[in-house]
Amino acid sequence: MTALVTDVLFVMLAVTGIAVIRTRNLFTAVMLAGIYSLVSAGLFVVMDAVDVAFTEAAVGAGISTVLVLGTLALVGYQESAPKRSPILPLFVVILTGGILVYGTSQLPPFGSPDNPAHQHVAPHYLEESEHEIHIPNVVTSVLASYRGYDTMGETAVIFTAMVGVLLLLSRGPLPRRVFHDGGWRTVRPGTTREELEALIAEEDPDRRPPTATETGTLSSHYDDGSVYDDAGEADPDEEGAHG
Amino acid sequence: MDDRVILRVGAKILIPFILIFALYVQFHGDYGPGGGFQAGVIFAAAFVLYALIYGLGNAIKALPPQAAYVCGALGVVIYIGVGFLSMALGGNFLDYNVLAHDPAHGQHYGIIGVEMGVLVTVFGVMVALFYAFAGRRRLDP
Repeated sequence: MTALVTDVLFVMLAVTGIAVIRTRNLFTAVMLAGIYSLVSAGLFVVMDAVDVAFTEAAVGAGISTVLVLGTLALVGYQESAPKRSPILPLFVVILTGGILVYGTSQLPPFGSPDNPAHQHVAPHYLEESEHEIHIPNVVTSVLASYRGYDTMGETAVIFTAMVGVLLLLSRGPLPRRVFHDGGWRTVRPGTTREELEALIAEEDPDRRPPTATETGTLSSHYDDGSVYDDAGEADPDEEGAHG
Repeated sequence: MDDRVILRVGAKILIPFILIFALYVQFHGDYGPGGGFQAGVIFAAAFVLYALIYGLGNAIKALPPQAAYVCGALGVVIYIGVGFLSMALGGNFLDYNVLAHDPAHGQHYGIIGVEMGVLVTVFGVMVALFYAFAGRRRLDP
């Protein structure tokens, strides 16, 4: 029965993978990739790796799908037709895949207790975890206690990933809300008061610009309390980024 | 967004349960599948859902990006802090046995501490990544 379920899931995985390659609509491709992750999660459950399945379902099918959809909102939903013939890429992919499949033929059989992975420290973890760590889930005891250094490194890696993505993606802070002339407005970071006035005048030509005395007493604050910088100098990098 | 009543009401009902489920995954990780990483992702998913339904501006009001950045760094500090705490109590780095009189309790406290660090980091990073992607706009459509 388990073998049948595994086979069905693998067929679904293959069909989804081929469909992702075939479609030119990127929205469809992203949704199919989410389904691919969900089917993989099902496979991990069948292989008794529920913790991995949990992560795959939450990250692969959930968060990463949302992130890619956010990217699609910027780049559009339609993939352009390829300009070159796909023969050479196909050859490279088939060659690489063939080498990988050949490599798996040398691996020890899946789930065999004689595998090298089950000979080293794994028996100690499985047998002694209950007495040494006193929690039932061996995955957690290995992850958080026996291999605490590894998990610490992984946590630092996740943090580093955030730093890297923010350096690449966020040019300066996010669009800001500033309080200007009696109302809240969303502006690009680095917008000066003069630029904001010009924007408002563009939207509503009949509006009376605030007089100099009013400008002097305007309370222009960021919503986090810091005073709105109206020195009249925008960050040169910001200017370049917006142009 | 005003006419999507089903989505808005559905999200409003779902989000508290998602948050509670994340905490369940976190604190039940000792006994069943789950742990800090999965719990952090689920906790962040609640905020992502909120931002998708109610708009990024409202989500940023509820959780400013700066708070997400701080969470991303704070989790690493919590994790390493547990390690230094066990050193201060006379053990090795990340040796939880010394955290309580009974080594079994010490292991429990240590695992809860480091898993909390993982949760906070993963939550902050996931929300920060979402803000970074969703906060970008096309300048010329």
